Amino acid sequence: MSILVDEHTRVLVQGATGRQGSFHTEQSIAYGTQVVGGVTPGRGGERHLDRPLFDTVREAVAETGADASVIYVPAAYAPDAILEAADAGIRVIACITEGIPVLDMLHVKEALRGQAVYLIGPNCPGIITPEACKIGIMPGHIHRRGRIGIVSRSGTLTYEAVKQTTDAGLGQSTCVGIGGDPIQGVSFVDCLEHFEADPETDGVVMVGEIGGNAEEEAAAYVRAHMSKPVVAYIAGVTAPAGKRMGHAGAIISGGQGTAEGKFAALEEAGVATVRSPTEIGARIQALVSG
Amino acid sequence: MNLHEFQAKHLFAAQGVPIPRGYVVRSSAEAREAAERLGGEAWVVKAQVHAGGRGHAGGVRVLEDPEGVERYADTLLGERLVTHQTDGRGQPVRAVLVEEGVAIERELYLGVLVDRASQRVVFMASDAGGVDIEEIAAEEPERIHTACVHPAAGLQPYQCRQLGFALGLGKAHMGALTRVMQGLYRLFLERDLSLVEVNPLIVTGEGRLLALDAKVTVDDNAVEVGRQAEIQDMRDLSQEEETEVRAAEHHLNYITLDGNIGCMVNGAGLAMATMDVIKLHGGAPANFLDVGGGTDAERVAEAFKIILSSPAVAGILVNIFGGIVRCDMIAEGIVSAVREIGVEVPVVVRLEGTNVEQGKRILADSGLDVIPADDLADAAARIVAAVGQSEPEGSESRP
Repeated sequence: MSILVDEHTRVLVQGATGRQGSFHTEQSIAYGTQVVGGVTPGRGGERHLDRPLFDTVREAVAETGADASVIYVPAAYAPDAILEAADAGIRVIACITEGIPVLDMLHVKEALRGQAVYLIGPNCPGIITPEACKIGIMPGHIHRRGRIGIVSRSGTLTYEAVKQTTDAGLGQSTCVGIGGDPIQGVSFVDCLEHFEADPETDGVVMVGEIGGNAEEEAAAYVRAHMSKPVVAYIAGVTAPAGKRMGHAGAIISGGQGTAEGKFAALEEAGVATVRSPTEIGARIQALVSG
Repeated sequence: MNLHEFQAKHLFAAQGVPIPRGYVVRSSAEAREAAERLGGEAWVVKAQVHAGGRGHAGGVRVLEDPEGVERYADTLLGERLVTHQTDGRGQPVRAVLVEEGVAIERELYLGVLVDRASQRVVFMASDAGGVDIEEIAAEEPERIHTACVHPAAGLQPYQCRQLGFALGLGKAHMGALTRVMQGLYRLFLERDLSLVEVNPLIVTGEGRLLALDAKVTVDDNAVEVGRQAEIQDMRDLSQEEETEVRAAEHHLNYITLDGNIGCMVNGAGLAMATMDVIKLHGGAPANFLDVGGGTDAERVAEAFKIILSSPAVAGILVNIFGGIVRCDMIAEGIVSAVREIGVEVPVVVRLEGTNVEQGKRILADSGLDVIPADDLADAAARIVAAVGQSEPEGSESRP
């Protein structure tokens, strides 16, 4: 077990023939992921990286039985790609693309409402179930199959948590990068729900950052529904208000979304917080083996 | 991206949202002419800068003769305005807005934003206009009313009426308020805005609604994908921090902070975490800097130059978790940057991830005075210690 993706997941790549898409698709294939094809309109019938290319996602799904897709197309075209994948019946859509206008995502989310689709991202590293399925741009070699679920709004900061759980001998069940945008697909709560239900997950690490209230919602969920230990770190204690810290969603506005406020909400809900990301590994190890 | 008040009002007017008559001018003589052309007995002169709090800072004044308008415009133009929202240097005033004076009956607040929790465009309104809305939200939240817009149905008249009656407006004002709100909603969607604030929206002595002030923020992503060319032309780089503009030209995400430890990190989350860990170790970060995922040696060198352009920087912490980025490439970038620009402050480097051993070897073999660190905590401890030692003599005795 794991969450959302595993060794049986059949992955389609939207934007596989671009520079980024090609590089990361090669990496995913080398990792052992079942990449079953790519979609590049106008290049249907060709082959790329020894996989078939299709003109449309619908056609690709019919031919390959793909149930997940990863999107590497530019920001202006990514909303269309997400909706095309959902319309073709893809269950897990990981959108790596950064820079999608927020109103576009607002409409995409509305269109996806009520559909049995898990959108991961956008503006995220993707999702990985170690030693089974790597969908996205994370470095595969730092992961080990294991028992900690990781969910994060960040990229490289997630790798920090991954490496520490690997070094501690715990490994990861699944790692989900939910992305740094203000409007995103699956939330902390969605992932916590799956980790709570997953028999292979013993504990969860969540990595948040300033902006929005997703961490506060996660705190309320943990208090009401989680039996497994959760360790949380929030980046941005030193971030000034009103400044966007790299991620479109990482901004303190109107006094809302501060790291201190998030730490307080999580601590009140009984979540074990760490003030330094360097303590994540030791803290979760103490909790799952204690 | 922020717009000036006069630009925002121009967009308002195009959507039928009423604004005071006025002219934007760039010299004091033009300011006087504008007042004379507007006629009347009173004029409002407003400094055009990207910052709130202009009124309290002396950037807005009501004058009762065109000579006064000219004199006041002269004191503003070419100067810098410091408000509670700017840094100590303030923002340069290159234009002023001269408007007709209007009698104010009531001051209201109207805002439009993308609400992250509901994932909807939301209108916020309050009868406490003209004051800091964040204070009202914190102290008297019952005075803030909201309307959440369904993206398919759009803004409905009943939502405008709900807000209108909650604000204490009568039936006579409902049509005008609905037109203002529908105009702002169209503007919000057409121009990819992320925030509109009308503070205050006034009821005039004659009972009209008028947007007396206008603040507009545009979604940078929409500008970046190229679908807001006209808005892009409105960008005023003089209002933005110089170093941040220069960094953006090199695809670096940089924000100036007030500490003395420069940071260079890959990834926004890790960059924030690095700043936080520096603080935990008793230091203070001089900047946020994300070199990005697909960085190269040249960009690393540019990042060094940008960090060192601040005289406050007494040391640099490089924290790279190589995933896609290879540590050996980063190390080469560091070596060439240090050689090229002659870095004279201590540099602590923490490398982790892809090709980390090659990266460490390149640094060690370079003969440069670069301090290697094992992990982020170790790196922070080392740079804080190094900066503490290199504190310039006599700095303690400064008043």
